[in-house]
Amino acid sequence: MAIVTAPTKACAVNPLKMSQPIGGAFAFMGLRGAMPLLHGSQGCTSFGLTLFVRHFKEAVPLQTTAMSEVATVLGGYENLEQAILNIYNRTKPKIIGICSTGVTETNGDDVDAYLKLIRSKHPQLAKLPLVYVSTPDFKGAFQDGWGKAVARIVEVLVERPGANGLRDPLKVNVLPGCHLTPGDIDELRVILEDFGLCPSFLPDVAGSLDGHIPDEFTPTTIGGIGVDEIAGMGRAGWTIAIGAQMQRAAEVMQVKTGVPFRVFERLCGLCPNDEFMTFLSEISGRPIPLKYRRQRGQLADAMLDAHFHIGGRKVAIGAEPDLLFDMSGMLHDMGAQVTAAVTTTQSEVIERIKTKEVLIGDLEDLEGLAKTHHCDLLITHSHGRQAAARLKLPFYRTGFPMFDRLGAGHQLSVGYRGTRNLIFEIANLVIAHREENDQPTPDRWRTAAGLPRCSGYRSSAGAAGRSIA
Amino acid sequence: MRSLAATVQNIFDEPGCAKNGIKSEAERKNGCTKQLQPGSAAGGCAFDGAKVALQPFTDVAHLVHGPIACEGNSWDNRGAASSGSNLWRTSFTTDLSETDIVFGGEKRLCKAIKEIIDKCDPPAIFVYQTCIPAMIGDDINAVCKAASQRFAKPVIPINSPGFVGSKNLGNKLAGEALLDYVIGTQEPDYTTPYDINLIGEYNLSGELWQVKPLLDELGIRILSCISGDGKYREVASSHRARAAMLVCSKSMINVARKMEQRYGIPFFEGAFYGIQDSSESLRQLARLLVERGAPADLLGRTEAVIAREEAWARAAIGPYRPRFEGKKALLITGGVKSWSIVAALQEAGLELVGTSVKKSTRKDKERIKELMGQDAHVIEDITPREMFKMLKDAKADIMLSGGKSQFVALKAAMPWLDINQERCHAYMGYVGMVKLVEEIDKSLSSPMWEQLRRPAPWQALAKAMEQMQSPAAAIACDPALAETARRARKICVCNTVDLGTIEDAIYAHGLRSVAAVREHTNAAGGCCRRRIEGILVSDPSAMVQAAE
Repeated sequence: MAIVTAPTKACAVNPLKMSQPIGGAFAFMGLRGAMPLLHGSQGCTSFGLTLFVRHFKEAVPLQTTAMSEVATVLGGYENLEQAILNIYNRTKPKIIGICSTGVTETNGDDVDAYLKLIRSKHPQLAKLPLVYVSTPDFKGAFQDGWGKAVARIVEVLVERPGANGLRDPLKVNVLPGCHLTPGDIDELRVILEDFGLCPSFLPDVAGSLDGHIPDEFTPTTIGGIGVDEIAGMGRAGWTIAIGAQMQRAAEVMQVKTGVPFRVFERLCGLCPNDEFMTFLSEISGRPIPLKYRRQRGQLADAMLDAHFHIGGRKVAIGAEPDLLFDMSGMLHDMGAQVTAAVTTTQSEVIERIKTKEVLIGDLEDLEGLAKTHHCDLLITHSHGRQAAARLKLPFYRTGFPMFDRLGAGHQLSVGYRGTRNLIFEIANLVIAHREENDQPTPDRWRTAAGLPRCSGYRSSAGAAGRSIA
Repeated sequence: MRSLAATVQNIFDEPGCAKNGIKSEAERKNGCTKQLQPGSAAGGCAFDGAKVALQPFTDVAHLVHGPIACEGNSWDNRGAASSGSNLWRTSFTTDLSETDIVFGGEKRLCKAIKEIIDKCDPPAIFVYQTCIPAMIGDDINAVCKAASQRFAKPVIPINSPGFVGSKNLGNKLAGEALLDYVIGTQEPDYTTPYDINLIGEYNLSGELWQVKPLLDELGIRILSCISGDGKYREVASSHRARAAMLVCSKSMINVARKMEQRYGIPFFEGAFYGIQDSSESLRQLARLLVERGAPADLLGRTEAVIAREEAWARAAIGPYRPRFEGKKALLITGGVKSWSIVAALQEAGLELVGTSVKKSTRKDKERIKELMGQDAHVIEDITPREMFKMLKDAKADIMLSGGKSQFVALKAAMPWLDINQERCHAYMGYVGMVKLVEEIDKSLSSPMWEQLRRPAPWQALAKAMEQMQSPAAAIACDPALAETARRARKICVCNTVDLGTIEDAIYAHGLRSVAAVREHTNAAGGCCRRRIEGILVSDPSAMVQAAE
């Protein structure tokens, strides 16, 4: 059991956290023909947009109600109305997803009521789904916004099965957490299809942000799950939720449609994938395909080869709760010690993280902990680059945003194969770092008389060095 | 203390702005920023603008007073470079929670300021106001004043909450804060007759250092650069400069003009983009300095440097000119520096098929017309869809723009070059110009584009299949179809009589002459006489026999 500590500082330094509204907007980006709309001042959108563009290296649809000072005082009805009409006329979206921001939450805009009024005034919008989710900036974090948005989408768009509603046992709903990349989602799609299952991913960012080249220019999302497909999700045999953040959405689905669900908190590592494969085999009634039996062997072999390098490492991780839980679990399973763990927001998984203490904090905290505990591997998103450079640590980038490396959308962590690749990447990073910074010298093991023999860093690096020799 | 509204009003009433000068009194009151369109707006807010303008001050702690969105979503995203402190890349925010919003965030802000001073002890702290604390009435001016006194350190309020307007307004509000609280508060260690200020230069990708060697060579000292690679002490003592250059004309004109007013520092608008502009700017700098009392030999030395650099740059660009022959470029910059880049590209022999002037002033537009000719394709506002079409139709060979439209070009498999703030190459001065040309060439001559534009194998196969399904192929396979097609051939075009009808008539009535055919069919026998004769001659004997 990890102790969860809340921050006491007045000033967050080098934030790890990103805001709820853009997490919510991100969920809408996994819907086809969608236009996410932030109800706030235009900076709220502009910052989020830049962040997504820099992460995915893709054009990203995201609009704003452009609240001015006056509009904020008078209420945002007119801005919201104009924004919806403008988007409707200019981009012909299949759905508009609206997220509130700090500004509009503070002045207390009743968006649900606004939407009713807008619909009654503008009958042409009758068929356009408008999904609103409340995501104030001053509460929660990115993954909360995502979770809330998906739960709202299920609530609003999934249809209750009719009286004679037949279930299709091969149809499976997958609700992926925001820590899964488009690459992860494609990997899961292949796995489920190999079991003869027919998955619907909500949201499906693999359809929109995987980096494909569309034939025509589209101002809305260029792919993702369609509104019709979402409506039919109530006929599925099962719902698979990935990450604890998706528990609520899965519950909403069950209450509304009766589809049973199972939450997989982790999909990175050997045991979590064994469980996953067993479950898929059970619900599909098919044996685990040969392909995955081979992949399991490859993962086991990768673990054997890599444990020399990853084992014993003192790892400092900063990530959102679900990603932190998944990554730290995998590394713990490989024999690494999760020495410093910092996360962004409350979640029920964080106290089960295999470490002494989890801090809800920022990258300054992570850097400080990594330094005092002599950590020798740093894992967080791209904003950790300054800390990594100062601490001279091998640095593995994961999570959102990853703006200073290419291929963020295709980084894999799920499945046997994804875990195998991830383990290789981290191990290679450690090896390269050792080759560059930690070559043995004649004086390496010499100690000045009277000094204790080893510091933390030296002993762990030494142990790894010896075991491969 | 002026209210924020009064400051904004004051900024809109900018006598140094030509565009503002021709407006009526009422128009001027409305301000120069277009009303933002909900649902089709792009671009940052006033807070964004203020932060962008001031963040390059390297040794200052930049503290954002607001919820996590304002700083958490945006920090460490600019490529300004520093020759010293890296404190500006450390992000500080009060990360306001719900409780703070209910009870007010002033105490938290004050504690945050103390924490920063305890930890980093910077020469100054800039505190940025954002929408929510502005709404709930946090008085950052008062907190900063109290903190300055308590900690004996400049704590500067940057009162530019996002919802007051556009990014550009934010730039100017940041400038006002400098004028109100920073400039003129310290004295430089020493002054020279060659001291200048650069205003509105942000040292992105370290581009200032492409020009600085030339200034150093001329003995011109940058007393303060606002704000690229700037230090607090430098800007605080910038009022002792002899002359100033306004680099990015839109963003900080108020600073340049008010410094002229208050401290008598003359300024000019210039740019270091392109060969001519670089030369012109150096000349202007020298001229202003000499007018303010610098030794007159500076003029001659400047001309010598210009001549040398221009010759070097022209020689370096020369080899590219034939390679760029007939190549067309589309320039979408938001318009701020359009004309200087237009000139630069023309120098390299590129043909400009269009440029945007969205944010350009009237003067900018005139200069563009001058450079590109009256019929130049000047784009006020282009939608991404139009941009995509323009590139898809190969109206341009390369697009130069900011990061936001990057993927419009790349997804059309078109060469694209980043010339906005997020770029990773520096393009200033003579060396920068050569670098830009090099980059354009690298992009244009890449063999990748041709590969990417090739159809995918399935598209190629689909095309082949389609050809196989073409009428000619189908006829070749099916004799009955071939016969129908043959008989459908028009013989008499005037009265539309086909071969089949004529053959049938010949067959049925055993016709032997054109006149007979005319009698039995609708054929005119005028212009088609030859063709009918031909049919009669070639009439298969079997048919004739059958007829008999």
